[in-house]
Amino acid sequence: MSIRILYFARLREDMGIAQEMFELPPGVSDVKSLREQLIARGGASAVALGQRKAVRVSVNQDLARNDTPVKPGDEIAFFPPVTGG
Amino acid sequence: MTVRVQREDFDIGAEIAAFRRADPGIGAIASFIGLVRDVNDGDAIAGMTLEHYPGMTEKALAGIVDEARRRWNIIDALVIHRVGELKPLDQIVLVVVTGAHRGAAFDACEFIMDYLKTQAPFWKKEQTAQGARWVEARASDDQAAGRWNKG
Repeated sequence: MSIRILYFARLREDMGIAQEMFELPPGVSDVKSLREQLIARGGASAVALGQRKAVRVSVNQDLARNDTPVKPGDEIAFFPPVTGG
Repeated sequence: MTVRVQREDFDIGAEIAAFRRADPGIGAIASFIGLVRDVNDGDAIAGMTLEHYPGMTEKALAGIVDEARRRWNIIDALVIHRVGELKPLDQIVLVVVTGAHRGAAFDACEFIMDYLKTQAPFWKKEQTAQGARWVEARASDDQAAGRWNKG
C-alpha cells in the first residue's frame, strides 16, 4: 500500500515534481520517519526536505506535526511556511 | 459561513451587501481587505503569483472561521482569497464579519486574518527586477497569531 505525496511552492520546484506515489516501507509510521526516509533517497529529495529547511507538513489536508501518524492511503503534503493574505 | 478561493477580482460593496442579506439582527460589520503593494523588503515588485493547495485551503479557512465562531459571539463570516497572477493595487483577500455589536466583529476579523496568514496553505512568488523569488514567512505574523492564545 502506498501514500500520495504532494509538494508545493519552493519544495515543488526543488523536487522537480508536484506529486508522487510512495510505497510506505516497514517502520515508517509518522511524519518524522517519512521525512527521514525521503531524505535518505538523496538527490532532489535531500535538497528539498533537508532537516535544516523550514518545512511544513499536512496529513489528509490537516496541518501535522512530527509525531502525526502516517498510514497507507494517506495524502501527505510538504511545503514551506505559508505566506498568504 | 462562506469561504471562496478564486482567480477573479471581487466587488467589496456587492459582497458585503449579499452577505448581510438584509438581516436586521446585524448591528456591526467589520471587514479587512488585503492588497498587493509595489514594494517588499526594499525591492520594487512588478507582480506576484499566488499558489495554493486546492482542497486543504478551503478546509483550513473553514476551520479558522469555525474557531472564530466558537470564540466570539458573531453572526457569520465571509472569506474570499484570490490565487493566480496579481499586480500592485490588486485586491488579494477579503474578510467580512457580521455581529450584533462591533467588539466581537473587530476581534474575530483580526483573528481570522492572523490565522489565515499562518495556517492557510497559500504561497506568494513575487517578481522583482532581479527575477522571481518566493516570499519568506515573517516571524511577526507568527507572533500576531500567537497572541490569541495568551490569557
